[in-house]
Amino acid sequence: MKKFLIAMLTLLPGLAMAAGPTIPLDSADVDLHDKASLQRGAQLFMNYCMGCHSMQYQRYNRTFEDLGIPEDLGVKHLQFTGDKPGDLMRNSMSAESASAWFGTGAPDLTLVARVRGADWLYTYFRSFYVDESRPFGVNNAVFPNVGMPHVMQELQGVPSKTTERRMIDGEMQDVYVGIKSDGSGMLTADEYDQAMLDLTAFLVYTGEPMLLEQRRMGWFVFGFLLIFTIMAWFLKREFWRDVK
Amino acid sequence: MFKNFVAWMDERIPMTKTWNIHLAQYPAPKNFNMWYLFGVLAMLVLVNQIITGIWLTMNYVPSAEGAFASVEFIMRDVEFGWLLRYMHSTGASAFFVVVYLHMFRGMMYGSYQKPRELLWIFGMLIFLVLMAEAFMGYLLPWGQMSYWGAQVIISLFGAIPIIGDDLTLWIRGDYVISGATLNRFFALHVIALPLVLVILVFLHIVALHEVGSNNPDGIDIKKPKGSVPDSEKPKFEFHERFTKKKDIVDAIPFYPYYVVKDLVGIGIFLFFFCWVIFFNPAMGGFFLEPPNFEAANPLKTPEHIAPVWYFTPFYAILRAVPDKLFGVILMFGAIVFLFLLPWLDRGRVRSIRYRSNFHKINLTVFVISFIVLGYLGVKPATEVYTFFARVFTFLYFAFFGLLWFYSKNENTKPLPERLTK
Repeated sequence: MKKFLIAMLTLLPGLAMAAGPTIPLDSADVDLHDKASLQRGAQLFMNYCMGCHSMQYQRYNRTFEDLGIPEDLGVKHLQFTGDKPGDLMRNSMSAESASAWFGTGAPDLTLVARVRGADWLYTYFRSFYVDESRPFGVNNAVFPNVGMPHVMQELQGVPSKTTERRMIDGEMQDVYVGIKSDGSGMLTADEYDQAMLDLTAFLVYTGEPMLLEQRRMGWFVFGFLLIFTIMAWFLKREFWRDVK
Repeated sequence: MFKNFVAWMDERIPMTKTWNIHLAQYPAPKNFNMWYLFGVLAMLVLVNQIITGIWLTMNYVPSAEGAFASVEFIMRDVEFGWLLRYMHSTGASAFFVVVYLHMFRGMMYGSYQKPRELLWIFGMLIFLVLMAEAFMGYLLPWGQMSYWGAQVIISLFGAIPIIGDDLTLWIRGDYVISGATLNRFFALHVIALPLVLVILVFLHIVALHEVGSNNPDGIDIKKPKGSVPDSEKPKFEFHERFTKKKDIVDAIPFYPYYVVKDLVGIGIFLFFFCWVIFFNPAMGGFFLEPPNFEAANPLKTPEHIAPVWYFTPFYAILRAVPDKLFGVILMFGAIVFLFLLPWLDRGRVRSIRYRSNFHKINLTVFVISFIVLGYLGVKPATEVYTFFARVFTFLYFAFFGLLWFYSKNENTKPLPERLTK
């Protein structure tokens, strides 16, 4: 029995590390209070993502309002589909065309941050690398054999995979260490990282546009509950004087 | 004016009488501890589910085409829709938290023993209906996990010989989970099962108030008539329905004493409840699973399908068995044995305070097994996990077998005459 318990205690924690992503994820330090960051993220999304990916549960004017963008400016600079400001952020690529062009439909991205998590997105955006065996000439270290091109290559430059030879289990192996751009992009490596953080922040926002309001309200609710519970406790003490 | 109104009512309906019998003059043992809170908390959560459910229904679209989008419409465009939705989704998990603790209280203090067998049965029926209610509700957001979780669970019925395939077809209303399934689950989730649930809760309370509440000492507070001197009787007035045939000791009226005490408990519970709602509604993927933020796609199976946490102990038992039919039998058996508890426990001493050390160990192992099985149920079924699932499935069932065996001649401690504290 004792042996069994010891075996159990030593085994269980190790087992908790089951399947996970292919490479370690970088942590995305998203700040939803940073409106400028969210605005830059929205700009990136509208210009680079929305050609294929819709955001069909989110509305334009809600986005403008939450991000502090005046509606006329938003319509002029961020709205390319001819929809009204109160419309949902759909796009014009049909699922049939998408299947024909990419082999699969481009998923809607409204909630992608809730499905994948911010860290995954942030790392994914920065993990494209040249791979001539793929139809679009690029692959992704986080999402192997992803069916999309590297749409932000003009920003990042041409990225390639860097590896290092390391001794693993007595064998020399090439281990993935990261991505390196050839420097032909419009942004430096640091600027590109920041841009991808902005884009991640925007997607975190669209996943839960109510998040800031929700947290703010939470503190008021806690305040109310504190007063309620204290008063209930005094009430209880007063009544229970009778009980001996 | 108010007095006249009450008199007018009382001539026509037993208003004051009901109030007195069930609240103001209902004798409750005076030594309830915090374990006795979970009943009232379960009622609170039930009310929360019904009220938020009604408002969610106003904007929810029960169709395969519209369900997922309507939930996001509620989250984004309906005023405080996110709050209603999170209250409802958190309430579902909270319901199981408080019900599991409520059941554990009953097991710990022997509240299922004679004369409370029927009370326990009603409680178990509530648990069963609650599971069906939660399962059907989980399909409604029409996310990936909703869809595939339901697919897996419904396919279990296919393991039943001969009628299995036809039965799954009948439940789904289609060859796969589809809009037809969603519509019938919606109907059952919003009207049929809640109705049954409310009736069962009513019966649970009627049965409770007929036999009286148990207490942490597990001894009777109702003594033979005339055996208690007046000086020992409580100074409170209880309804003659309780005092006519028995002398009552160590009791206090439910109202106001336990009502005010429960208010404190409700306040503390709401701290936890609201912390989840406002700061962590997905609860690390346990209350709202990440794949469920992706709309259901019948052509794309998620990598790892796990039911919501409250089903995982039973799911782990199911997976522990190589044979599907036997697995299904064992899974339902895990619940059937709980139903039979009043007859499996042949002891006369109710509370764990006065039962043997062996019983204490047995119950502890049972609780550990339940929790470990719950943990294993969310994990993929690897070889090692399956081995542990088998061990703890065995221990889960061993609890009942051992209990039946030792409870007949158990080495118990002497019971006190009166409630201790």
